[in-house]
Amino acid sequence: MSALLEVDGLSVELPVAGEYRTVLQDVSFSLDAGQTLGLVGESGSGKSMTVRSIAQLLPPGARTSGSITFDGASVLDLRGDALRKFRSRDVSMIFQDPRAHTNPVRRIGDFLTEAMRVNGRVPRREAERRAVELLAEVGIHDGERRLRQYPHELSGGLLQRVMIAASLAVKPRLILADEPTTALDVTTQSEVMAILARLQREYGMAMLFITHDLELAAAVCDETVVMYAGAMVEHQASSRLHTDPLHPYSAALMQARPEIERRVPRLPAIPGHPTSAFETPDGCAFAPRCRFAEDACRAALPAFERVGDGEYSRCRRAEELRGQLLVPAVVSHEEVVR
Amino acid sequence: MSSTAGRRADARTDSERTTAAPGGVPILAVDGLRKTFGRGRKEAVAVDGVSFELAAGGSLGIVGESGSGKTTTARMLIGLEQPTAGRIVLDGADHTRPARRIRDLRARGRLIQIVFQDPYTSLDRRQKIGDCLGEVVRLHFGLSGSALDARVRELGELVGLHDRQLRALPRELSGGQRQRVAIARALAAEPKILILDEAVSALDVSIQAQILNLLADIREQRGVSYVFISHDLAVIRQITDTAIVMRHGRVVEQGQTADVLDSPQDPYTRLLRDSVPHAGWRPGADALVTS
Ligand SMILES: Nc1ncnc2c1ncn2[C@@H]1O[C@H](COP(=O)(O)OP(=O)(O)OP(=O)(O)O)[C@@H](O)[C@H]1O
Ligand SMILES: Nc1ncnc2c1ncn2[C@@H]1O[C@H](COP(=O)(O)OP(=O)(O)O)[C@@H](O)[C@H]1O
Ligand code: SF4
Ligand SMILES: [Mg+2]
Ligand SMILES: [Mg+2]
Repeated sequence: MSALLEVDGLSVELPVAGEYRTVLQDVSFSLDAGQTLGLVGESGSGKSMTVRSIAQLLPPGARTSGSITFDGASVLDLRGDALRKFRSRDVSMIFQDPRAHTNPVRRIGDFLTEAMRVNGRVPRREAERRAVELLAEVGIHDGERRLRQYPHELSGGLLQRVMIAASLAVKPRLILADEPTTALDVTTQSEVMAILARLQREYGMAMLFITHDLELAAAVCDETVVMYAGAMVEHQASSRLHTDPLHPYSAALMQARPEIERRVPRLPAIPGHPTSAFETPDGCAFAPRCRFAEDACRAALPAFERVGDGEYSRCRRAEELRGQLLVPAVVSHEEVVR
Repeated sequence: MSSTAGRRADARTDSERTTAAPGGVPILAVDGLRKTFGRGRKEAVAVDGVSFELAAGGSLGIVGESGSGKTTTARMLIGLEQPTAGRIVLDGADHTRPARRIRDLRARGRLIQIVFQDPYTSLDRRQKIGDCLGEVVRLHFGLSGSALDARVRELGELVGLHDRQLRALPRELSGGQRQRVAIARALAAEPKILILDEAVSALDVSIQAQILNLLADIREQRGVSYVFISHDLAVIRQITDTAIVMRHGRVVEQGQTADVLDSPQDPYTRLLRDSVPHAGWRPGADALVTS
């Protein structure tokens, strides 16, 4: 059986001030029905661009190479009705900031029933009844009242549930969730994740789940891809990521996070700041911040290579360093740089 | 304090479960703080009988869900909002009422400053970073010329900003650098207390770690006391000594941060703790335990 979604060698360039800038480089992964794949990385690493490429929602003028296959069809070649059907029925997107994706002067009810009434030609009363059912599915039990409310009358968590309800109306086969819980507090995040997990189980939907929170990805995704500067640097089972990272960046990210169980005298911060693909020097993009960097790392971009069964890394020292990445540095690189 | 605010929060006799400053006068003491918005049927209680103390040189965390009254509490502390009831004592003097006269405003500014989540909105987009810092230094200390320049450079160094960045405009800096500017600007007044309201929440993990280390250094070097507001319990663990947990405007639990997080007594604190993703986590498993 072939995968539901297959992304192969995807690269994207965007025009900025008259010149093309690489924002994604050689991204490849596949996703089966019912599976959740996590995409993790800091800002500018290309997570949203990956999702927008799949949904064919790239900014105008974008140049794409590589392929994206959904259920056997080439997404990059979809046009007209086929593209509309793909966007409106096969995939749904959930965004970080639900408020930016609703119209402040339109009621929740209009927002939820519009697609049904326009695309599905469902009569108003019937569409509203279905909307109330959808709201119940995401844990909102006073749906009739909510339909008459405006977005500003709902908290961020409630509004995100409404967005999820809307994206489920068509029972998509793939959910593209771009940091859906980043703006929520932890208790609300937990509730929203529970809803997504249940619906996914019930409908067998595949989900591409974007987050910058490695712990969250590890907890809810089957596999996780770590991105840095527009490229994938690691891909493996989420359950192993925390104990056996395969790339110095993933390890450094985990170490830089404070822990709820203990306080450390000093956090092992990563020196410098995250960069975008077009700002990176030749060679390994992470080299300027990597405590394991050697001269050879700066010579050529390391290949994204298999390190073991279902395990991939874009580090030329991956095999040699395996098992040592989480060992604390004796002198933190940060102090050396300063 | 109202009875439903929780025994745990009121159990002041148990020394491990309060934020009371150990010996000496606390730099900040808040008692029965209350804030309501609107009147009559529309009245909403944002903060409801909040009491806590912060030791000089200490660091107090405020955690709680969205809308629990954290920012409203902070706004009352710096005098942006007038409390409906209760008392605020800063460095031994009553500061319950917001300052009005310039002289009092300045005095309060030298006592307490705040850094918000998104520094971009609070920086003047046409003003160079160095000028922005210089303005505060001039206002509070009347410095000018080379003494002013030296102080600005010193502030830049304190937060890791180079000369080149001091000559830049806000939009030319990264989010982490802008947050350093906001911290430097708050420190320019040499306050005794610094409130950080979700000040590291929007930062990338690698930058967040840099800023947390920086804040720890500043506390050690300058003896500044922190009120640190965050949703993120791991960040609270790293940066605070004591903590209060707020829900619906009330303090439901308070104590040493380590105790509050390791053995939470209030069901809501337990829910917060269990909602943090971890190995073997089942999202939403505890959701209905909330009272
Ligand atoms: N100016 C205002 N007018 C009316 N209500 C307000 C005002 N400011 C705050 N509130 C209300 O007071 C309550 C507490 O808000 P506050 O901003 O203090 O929450 P918070 O704990 O900081 O939340 P978050 O974690 O989302 O920042 C909320 O119900 C809020 O809607
Ligand atoms: N509309 C756009 N035009 C030009 N560059 C863009 C645009 N949107 C994003 N980028 C750039 O693409 C890169 C990847 O961005 P993005 O996918 O949004 O990152 P992430 O979601 O991981 O934070 C960044 O360098 C960003 O600055
Ligand atoms: S290739 Fe070299 S610089 Fe890049 S991550 Fe591996 S060790 Fe670090
Ligand atoms: Mg993004
Ligand atoms: Mg707030």
